[in-house]
Amino acid sequence: MGSLFRLSGEGEGFVPPSSNDFELPPVFGDNAFTTKPIILVFLSVILVSVFFLLSSRKAAIVPSKLQFAGESIYSFVRNDLGRDIIGHEFMRFVPYLFTLFTFVLTNNIFGIVPFLQFPAMSRVSFPYVLAVFTFVVFHYVGIRKQGLGKYLKDIMFMPGVPKPVYVLLTPIELATFFLVRPLTLSLRLFANMFAGHLLLLVFILGGEHLFQGVLGLKLISPFAFAFGIGLTFFEFMVQCLQAYIFTLLTALYIAGALADEH
Amino acid sequence: MTGTLNLVGYGLSAIGPAIATGMIFAAYISGVARQPEARSVLQPIAFLGFALAEALALFGLVLAFVL
Repeated sequence: MGSLFRLSGEGEGFVPPSSNDFELPPVFGDNAFTTKPIILVFLSVILVSVFFLLSSRKAAIVPSKLQFAGESIYSFVRNDLGRDIIGHEFMRFVPYLFTLFTFVLTNNIFGIVPFLQFPAMSRVSFPYVLAVFTFVVFHYVGIRKQGLGKYLKDIMFMPGVPKPVYVLLTPIELATFFLVRPLTLSLRLFANMFAGHLLLLVFILGGEHLFQGVLGLKLISPFAFAFGIGLTFFEFMVQCLQAYIFTLLTALYIAGALADEH
Repeated sequence: MTGTLNLVGYGLSAIGPAIATGMIFAAYISGVARQPEARSVLQPIAFLGFALAEALALFGLVLAFVL
């Protein structure tokens, strides 16, 4: 009976997946620029470009299925993220928002595409770069619109607050605008993709390990695989949601910088 | 059995943002249930609040790995 519940037949322990599983070796030789995440990012650029070029090439009044798919994604970003949040100047920012949304979404979904199965955004450097873009864009827009002095004054001294409160409020507001916003924007995307990939690894590698065990464990392993499949669908939801939130927050930051008073 | 207590601490610290996120979406849902046409107004606000609450959990996650 005891052997039925031993963890593994050969007595070797299960090595749980860790952050080491994200350090992938170069695909081609020793070249550090050909790791899997980098190749996936280039692939995503190609995929997004080809898809939207094809879907907009033969634009007709009665759209084809492809054109309809492309246009629904575009109108979602333009109307729900651009027009409703940024307001009347939104058309200037739609190209940026649209690029951001499709790029992040494609790279996230790579996490559950069979044979690719690695979300490129779970390497922290890619979200960092995207957050730097957003950081530069929303500060640049705010400074252009209101002038450097007034923009900084609006950030540091929120109107309608009693004077002594500024001692507390000014450092918090400065930290929010220049540190917390870009950091959380990138870390949110990174952490969600990282945790999601790790979760799938735990269930699928764990199921595989159970399958190599004794008979009792073999019987349990399908449940682990089933849970892994269920979580894959959950991951799909999280991946879409994170792409949406990244773009939504970018739009909100731009709208805040454009508004006359905060 | 080996491991780091950081992760236990992170689990404890994630309780706060978890409750906050739940309250934000509870308020969003009841708002939309009372007035369905307010959905498009409430949605970005709800997600902004969610993002702010989640930022705290993210700080915890980073510290759990860094420390």
